[in-house]
Amino acid sequence: MSSNIYKNKKPVIFFLVPAFVFLSVFLYYPFLQNIVNSFKEINNLGASAKGWNAPWYTNYIELCKDRNIWTALINTVKMIVATIIGQLGIAIVLALMVDNIKKGQKFFRTVYFFPIVIAATALGLLFNIVFLYDKGMLNQLREMFGATKLLDFKDDSHAMLTMMIPVTWQYVGFYFIILITGLNNISDDLYEAATIDGASRWQRVRYISIPLLHNVICTCGVLAVTGALKVFDLPWIMFPKGMPSNSTWLTGTYMYYHAFESHNVDYSSAISVLIVILGVVTAKIVNTVFREKDY
Amino acid sequence: MKAEIYKTNQKHHKISLGMVGIYVVLSAWALTTIYPLFWILMNSFKNKKIIRSDSFSLPLGELFTLDNYKTAFDRVNILGAYRNSIVISLSVAAAVILLSGLAAYALVRYDFKIKGLLNSLVVAGMMFPPFATIIPVIRMMNVIGLANTNQIPKSLLAVILPQIAGNLSFAIVVLRGYIAGLPVELEEAAYMEGCNVFQLFFKVVMPLCKPSFATVGIFSFLWSYNDLFTQSFFLKTKPEYSVTVLLSLLTSQEGTNYGLMASSVSLIVFPLLIVYLFLQKYIVKGLTAGAVKG
Repeated sequence: MSSNIYKNKKPVIFFLVPAFVFLSVFLYYPFLQNIVNSFKEINNLGASAKGWNAPWYTNYIELCKDRNIWTALINTVKMIVATIIGQLGIAIVLALMVDNIKKGQKFFRTVYFFPIVIAATALGLLFNIVFLYDKGMLNQLREMFGATKLLDFKDDSHAMLTMMIPVTWQYVGFYFIILITGLNNISDDLYEAATIDGASRWQRVRYISIPLLHNVICTCGVLAVTGALKVFDLPWIMFPKGMPSNSTWLTGTYMYYHAFESHNVDYSSAISVLIVILGVVTAKIVNTVFREKDY
Repeated sequence: MKAEIYKTNQKHHKISLGMVGIYVVLSAWALTTIYPLFWILMNSFKNKKIIRSDSFSLPLGELFTLDNYKTAFDRVNILGAYRNSIVISLSVAAAVILLSGLAAYALVRYDFKIKGLLNSLVVAGMMFPPFATIIPVIRMMNVIGLANTNQIPKSLLAVILPQIAGNLSFAIVVLRGYIAGLPVELEEAAYMEGCNVFQLFFKVVMPLCKPSFATVGIFSFLWSYNDLFTQSFFLKTKPEYSVTVLLSLLTSQEGTNYGLMASSVSLIVFPLLIVYLFLQKYIVKGLTAGAVKG
């Protein structure tokens, strides 16, 4: 920044140290430790390593051979696409709409946020009852409209969709709130000037709101991608252990499975390394696609 | 100002069909966020058999029962669990607001050598899923003596510390964006009047960014409250349970009792929802309070 106030750099330390101490101790150090762990043999959570793997990169060879990890990667890519198009897309449309209405702004802002307020655990349980084969909400609804056969929403052909819809739905409100805050920060004067110049509502959205929202959208894009890589609670409660027949693994659930169910802690560490690498790469891609601009 | 715009606008479109369309779309989405909650609340007052045959009718007359709640309350100490959850989440939110604000401010306003590195570290921090760090964190907590002590304050602290770290990256990224949008002139003016940088932060930047600090605080609170993962490792005895841990245990023991499931979900969801509805007022105030826009 050009300002003279910030030429004296001594206070920087006091601003940065508290946050970065926390991050280092509880995030970066454990993560590095985790990389080391991925080369060792660990059979129990919290237990110390038995020694190095022989050869030390065993887990990574395993990773290439493992069929489930490929399923998980493909599913995760689907999830990323769904979150960018679904969550972010819907959120942008809703935010622009809410910004353009006079009455009820507050109401929509409040209720769109509901799914975020709710624990993913609770949502998973809720959707389990909604999608329940033996007469959950949807099957009862289908019956009312004359369907005679129960539909199994968790069979091979429907499972991915059944998993993606709640995950997508859950986080729309999250991006919506960030975007609407961004829209609120756009000065009314700009809109007023445009209106005087004869701009239509659509033109104001297209040439003022969207360009000025660009950086906020970019931030949301990065959050959406990293969020998709981390998504865990909801899929795990709805589709534990990759059911049916290992078709719904996500990188997150597959990693959890190895850490806590099959006691292959070192292998799960290797998967988490993979998740982080993927996260960095995709976030870079998102950043170049939506490249931050200054207006 | 806005009123004027709308007036001129209305002259252009007397019957605004587009407006109707907008309201239809918005209401449709609102229905998807409200109805499932209403549905689960409704069914929590019904017998588990009726949930599977007739879930859409209101629990009136004969259908109405409090049995599901009785079962939930009989088994567990739900008030203690609420207290634990709230202590954890409030501490996390407060710490995240302060720490992330300070860091974001410095990262935006100062130029220094390792700024680029720190910025990438922050973004990288968002990629670390909690399950990628939990294993070393558990061992660390054992060493410090915070885990497995059966003492409530220590166990709560063992959850709070990693949760603060887990929420910091996100908070810094969001705040960085908003602080960067503030005109530096305001800080210069305050500086001229004799404020030091810390006063600038607390008296100029923080009040101006109130809405984004509120956003960050609320998200940290919610994520901490809803995070089953970290909590399930450190809250192991009954008096330490938080709401999410308690109810996930309850439902895992009673997997097919949909009535109990409905009442448990309602017990996790609705207190928080009510608190949220009260806070909402302040959030909206915060959102519109920004002194200088654009």
